[in-house]
Amino acid sequence: MTVAARSLVNTARRPSGGGRRFSMDWLGAVPFFGYVALFLLLPTLIVVIGAFFGPDGLTFSNLAGLNKGFIVSAFVNSVLLSAVSAMIGAVGGAILAYAVATGNRNGAFRRLVLSACGVLAQFGGVTLAFAFIAAIGPVGFVYVWLQQHGLDFYAGGIWLYQLKGLMLVYAYFQIPLMVLVFLPALDGIRPQWREATESLGGRTWHYWRYVAGPLLAPAFIGALLLLFANAFSAYATAAALINQGSIIASLQIANDLTSEVGLHQPGIASAEALVMVVLVAIVMVLYTVLQRRTARWLR
Amino acid sequence: MVDARLRRPDFLTRRSLGVLAGSVLLLAACGPTNNSSSSTTSAASAQSASDLGGMSALVSAAKKEGKLNVIALPPDWANYGAIISGFTAKYGIPIDSANPNGSSQDEVNAVAQLAGTSRAPDVLDIGMAVALANTDKFAAYKVSTWNDILDSQKEPTGLWYQDYGGYMSIGYDSSKVPAITSLQDLLGSGFKGKVALNGDPTKANAALNGVMMASLANGGSLDDISKGVDFFHQLKQNGNFVPVQATTATVKNGTTPVVFDWDYLSAAHGTDVPSWKVFVPSNAILGGYYAQAINKKAPHPAAARLWEEYLYSDEGQNLWLKGLARPVRMAAMQKSGKVDSGAAAKLPPVNGTPVFLSADQATKAKDYLASHWAQAIG
Amino acid sequence: MSRNRRRKLQLFRVVVFILMGAFFLIPIGAMFEFSTRGTGLNSARTLSAWITIGQTPELVAAILVSLGLAAITSVAMLLLLVPTMVWVRLRVPNLSRAVEFLCLLPLTIPAIVLVAGLAPEYKWVSFYLSDSILTLAFAYLVLVLPYTYRALYAGLSAIDVKTLAEAARGLGAGWPTVMWRIIVPNMSGAILNAALLSVAVVLGEFTIANLLNYVNLQVEIAQLGRANAGVSIAVAVASLLFVFILLAILSFVGGPRSRSYSTRGAQ
Repeated sequence: MTVAARSLVNTARRPSGGGRRFSMDWLGAVPFFGYVALFLLLPTLIVVIGAFFGPDGLTFSNLAGLNKGFIVSAFVNSVLLSAVSAMIGAVGGAILAYAVATGNRNGAFRRLVLSACGVLAQFGGVTLAFAFIAAIGPVGFVYVWLQQHGLDFYAGGIWLYQLKGLMLVYAYFQIPLMVLVFLPALDGIRPQWREATESLGGRTWHYWRYVAGPLLAPAFIGALLLLFANAFSAYATAAALINQGSIIASLQIANDLTSEVGLHQPGIASAEALVMVVLVAIVMVLYTVLQRRTARWLR
Repeated sequence: MVDARLRRPDFLTRRSLGVLAGSVLLLAACGPTNNSSSSTTSAASAQSASDLGGMSALVSAAKKEGKLNVIALPPDWANYGAIISGFTAKYGIPIDSANPNGSSQDEVNAVAQLAGTSRAPDVLDIGMAVALANTDKFAAYKVSTWNDILDSQKEPTGLWYQDYGGYMSIGYDSSKVPAITSLQDLLGSGFKGKVALNGDPTKANAALNGVMMASLANGGSLDDISKGVDFFHQLKQNGNFVPVQATTATVKNGTTPVVFDWDYLSAAHGTDVPSWKVFVPSNAILGGYYAQAINKKAPHPAAARLWEEYLYSDEGQNLWLKGLARPVRMAAMQKSGKVDSGAAAKLPPVNGTPVFLSADQATKAKDYLASHWAQAIG
Repeated sequence: MSRNRRRKLQLFRVVVFILMGAFFLIPIGAMFEFSTRGTGLNSARTLSAWITIGQTPELVAAILVSLGLAAITSVAMLLLLVPTMVWVRLRVPNLSRAVEFLCLLPLTIPAIVLVAGLAPEYKWVSFYLSDSILTLAFAYLVLVLPYTYRALYAGLSAIDVKTLAEAARGLGAGWPTVMWRIIVPNMSGAILNAALLSVAVVLGEFTIANLLNYVNLQVEIAQLGRANAGVSIAVAVASLLFVFILLAILSFVGGPRSRSYSTRGAQ
């Protein structure tokens, strides 16, 4: 075959992914996108749209019905709980991640800790509630032991079953999640940065304040936002722990769906879900923006 | 040439995978419906046993269906454990008991969610608020002992009918707390961190009635639950309230030695805790009945109707009585002498006339609770 | 690094690990302690709660069903994610951000919102496909995405997929061969890790199963917990230990492979 003919055949035969022609390669991702659309995006859409429908069709009464003191305070509590547990998780997790990152990168210990974090990051719900009740509940082993030795930390009321208790219990999965999310950023720290700082006369403080700190900040704040969204959307743990009063938004939604005393209001539940989705969407957008900034330096 | 082999078409290209997935979904959409509600239409529309040709016809139709789905019936609630095994032993029909800790609303949600499948609940045991709000889901049916039920305790066409009831009480472990003679005792120092409700009153019927009983004993009325909410707020301030759902487990391990609950549920704790006592305040005798209903789209309609016949027979009613609940036919059975007098004697003594919440009063109560409970108790 | 600094760092690490270890292990130890309590205040420790696990048919059924769901979800997740991630990395790198974002979303959309929207879909599924609890795998696959994506991504980043794929294709391999015989063996550690993480998530899932009226392990634990706290806590500890042990085995077995792609040559 002639050279010209061969090159003609080459170009005709090879649809490339290099952007020269209209590429059909994105079809390969269709199963994934289709599946996620069907089982994640569609249900969310159903709920969000349901907020605008009442028994008589399109209505804003569901949203208007949100303007009640206890509903507003449920959302405020949710935001407060999420913010506090995100802070606890972020700081605690960052410290733990740093301890892990400074160790042997291929060591068995690091792998064990990471595996444990993988399990604990999604350990929640009924079993986590039981674990804390068994430890520091009113007949829990730690509480009883401390009480026998003179320290009664429930003297002012049993805070385990209130918002404060939730903050502590949430840390149990927030810290491992932080480790999982933040560790890659810490791994991206190069020893050359430290050496450079020292050769320029800087000490540890200068290193953290002017070099590593600003570089890690986007990753840290991004992880913080993720932890916030995670705590905001948690339900099972709170449901198992808090038996009196629907003090956070997810419990309020559940109550509006399953209350048997006549407070069953699926429309209001949808409206509350819409607010939750909107809040979470804002957080996730901020997270994505921060992720772009992180990627630049720590690749 | 290298190119030809690189571009060998592959049956697993993404495009074809997409087509494959699409066709699977299409097939599934057009596939035969596999709901196994093989209902004999006559049973589904029967409004009494005679419509089907008598009790024996009902029994054989039920046996042919071969199963019964019940929901939200804990075995230690009014002796349901014995009732379920009694029914299976008598008719040989196995019972699938789903979600024992569900609320009445969970039952109705399950009816809606599982409609058309073989797992939908056949029969419901629900609180009055939920019953009144969902009559469009029930099938009308009158049991053979229909006339023994008072008119005020049933829906005239048979959509729902009350089954058993009791009085709101304060159960307590007498070995852990001092004896209780009035509601106000609970505010004392001997009850620190010990008083609990059976659930959240904005969620659960039993808890709502608990707060209402406290209100009645604290100077409130059936129209005013605020005194009850104030009482619990006071309990919380004194550190006596423990915000834990009282269950058999918490009573057993001592987390909730004092519980506001229906007297028949409270009495059941006596088997685990021998020193358990039940107290009904004489100035606040608040009664409450639950109701039975049959799912209009029950997957096993004959079995559902047979279950209702069983529950309202002397045998079924006496089993509830053994669970220390007051069965709805009790007055009639006392007259006919069929009541289990040994069990009746064990009922907690009540001196005075009981009062019952009307639908409007319950609505007022729940609206007040919705806006005030979380603050009072938080 | 100076000696002094290294010593301080070591001290810091030891203190952190001890404190964190205590925080995470004490509740689990307490669960174990609670499940072995005897009746009465000062009676001996007993394993009766643990033995009762095997004697409670609903519990055994729930355990088996959950394990089945975990297996199905893991396999389905791998079948969906691994080809997609490899394809995206090789052919459509512009989509990788979108894939990553979608995989992170389930972490943030509240389960209670998701299940309210899944309910009508599951009505359809129960009616037309199957009533079985195993259909929950559809929903669970979405729930495991955040954790498994990270694990698979770490595995994919550690090997040079582009070179491997091109080399294999250049030698005449079709895509199935490339995936199954070249790429998968080289990220076997990450794949095992992802599978195990999805097992952990499925075994711990409660909200969706509960609100869709299915009984999985966590729902059964919650229901049993109201009647018999000891047994349900024993099961909870058992399921945790199960996943921990699996992961521990994995971290020692799957370890060496994750360093670089196999140097076994043209085999």
